[in-house]
Amino acid sequence: MSLDKVAVKNIASLARIEVRDEDLDGLAVELSNILRFVEQLAEVNTDGIAPMTSVAHLELPRRSDQVNDGGYVERVLANAPEQQDGFFLVPKVVE
Amino acid sequence: MSMVIQGETGDWEMVIGLEVHAQVTSQAKLFSGAATDFGRPPNSQVSLVDAAMPGMLPVINEQCIYQAVRTGLGLRAVINLTSVFARKNYFYADLPQGYQISQYEQPIVGEGEVVLDMPDGSTRRVGIERLHLEQDAGKSLHDQHPTKSFIDLNRSGVALMEIVSKPDMRCPEEAAVYVAKLRSILRYLGSCDGNMAEGSLRCDANVSVRKPGEGLRTRAEIKNVNSLRFLQQAIEYEARRQIDLYEEGGQVVQETRLFDANKGETRSMRSKEHAHDYRYFPDPDLLPLTLTPAYVSAIKADLPELPDQKKERFVREYCLTPYDAGVLVAEQANADFFETVAKGRDAKLACNWVTGDFAAVMNRLGRSIEDPPVTAEHLGQLIDLIADNTISGRIAKEVFELMVETGQAPAVLVEERGLKQVTDSGAIEAAIDAVLTANSGKVSEYRSGKDKLFGFFVGQVMKNTGGKANPALVNDVLRKKLEG
Repeated sequence: MSLDKVAVKNIASLARIEVRDEDLDGLAVELSNILRFVEQLAEVNTDGIAPMTSVAHLELPRRSDQVNDGGYVERVLANAPEQQDGFFLVPKVVE
Repeated sequence: MSMVIQGETGDWEMVIGLEVHAQVTSQAKLFSGAATDFGRPPNSQVSLVDAAMPGMLPVINEQCIYQAVRTGLGLRAVINLTSVFARKNYFYADLPQGYQISQYEQPIVGEGEVVLDMPDGSTRRVGIERLHLEQDAGKSLHDQHPTKSFIDLNRSGVALMEIVSKPDMRCPEEAAVYVAKLRSILRYLGSCDGNMAEGSLRCDANVSVRKPGEGLRTRAEIKNVNSLRFLQQAIEYEARRQIDLYEEGGQVVQETRLFDANKGETRSMRSKEHAHDYRYFPDPDLLPLTLTPAYVSAIKADLPELPDQKKERFVREYCLTPYDAGVLVAEQANADFFETVAKGRDAKLACNWVTGDFAAVMNRLGRSIEDPPVTAEHLGQLIDLIADNTISGRIAKEVFELMVETGQAPAVLVEERGLKQVTDSGAIEAAIDAVLTANSGKVSEYRSGKDKLFGFFVGQVMKNTGGKANPALVNDVLRKKLEG
């Protein structure tokens, strides 16, 4: 599978990454090469084999339903570029 | 029930599927130990996991798994012993992770069904496509500042069950009945409080139209409907819009539309044009969720009696009509109240009192079943007094009003105010004799064939005895005297 310029532009916009038009061709080649490298895995026949999600036989760890976190507004907001009355402030997102 | 809409080019029908987001009742969030209470100060219930700080890892709350499985069983659905959490990628200011942890190809619950009790007494089955667990997003406030949006992450990471129906509904009323029934089931299970005003139950509607007999046409998804009334309005408006569009030669595009409750219309959310490319992939931070058959069957064995079963039992045990039973079981508290009143008594009478005079007074006074104007015990005692002929049905209504006013037991009120029914045939005979003597003209009229006058005599006797004479006894004695 190879990607063209249009696909790369769409991926960049979905990821909110700004890409200049003159860079699109080069990125298309690079990304296509990465895809081709990974696609080698398709050569292995995996019919009837369940996907392996972990090398160790681990169970999904669970927590009990207890409140033991939160309650620290100042830590949560510590890195916020802007805040007011306990809220994060961000550029207006209007629908 | 199918509703046909007349268009200029012929008949159309609606096809409706619903996605309900139900907030799971739990103390802590789906993947963190922060609290889930509604209406707390902004960002006070946020852990570093919910704020998506680098390096923080999600750990699943076992109560949320339990609630999802219970709900699945309550919807008579298949429980998937293996399910997988996936990332649904999109950017929004109130989604700090840049993705929502959800379930995609392998949800925890598969196909099930909900039975709708329609107001005309009929039932309709609506298929459930799936139920999956996912995180809620934070909340954005856009009206606090001219150039900024305010973000509160308290809701971020709270567990939701997304319950997706099959496109089985054909009119707005069915959609509303479906949501009401689903809400009732969730409340019986205790897996969601069903509070639409606080957003613990939210609903999106997928609406398309077609000519009868056709396959499915393109649908639009309506968001932002937060009451059953708005849901019906939004569906109706949207179906009409699509029909008009087709009839003008246009095409419906698959898109998300917002319902504007003030204008009663839906409009396109153009800002989300690209949003449908979510690029789901399995979340590498979470192993698949596996359940044992023993775990599922233990939950199944422990399910409470659900609305459908209770309705069936009420019809069977209390000989109620399916409609009456349906009304009583919709809220568990109402059903419990009824059962306390009806136990060992005439169930039909109990039902009439609970859904009639009692419900009317409750509405009039703005009270709730949790804070009733008359206790179930007292209402039951009132029915006993009617059953053993201590008071007549007419006097009972008077006693009931006194019970509402004073909160006293009916027996005390009847005694204190001398409302006891007169069953002494001597006293009744005397009252009848007096009436017949005073109305000798009417007696002759009756005897010469004017049967209708019987009611007049009964009325006079009841009036003279202050309504306390036993009506059956009055009828009996009166008939004998008039015939004789």
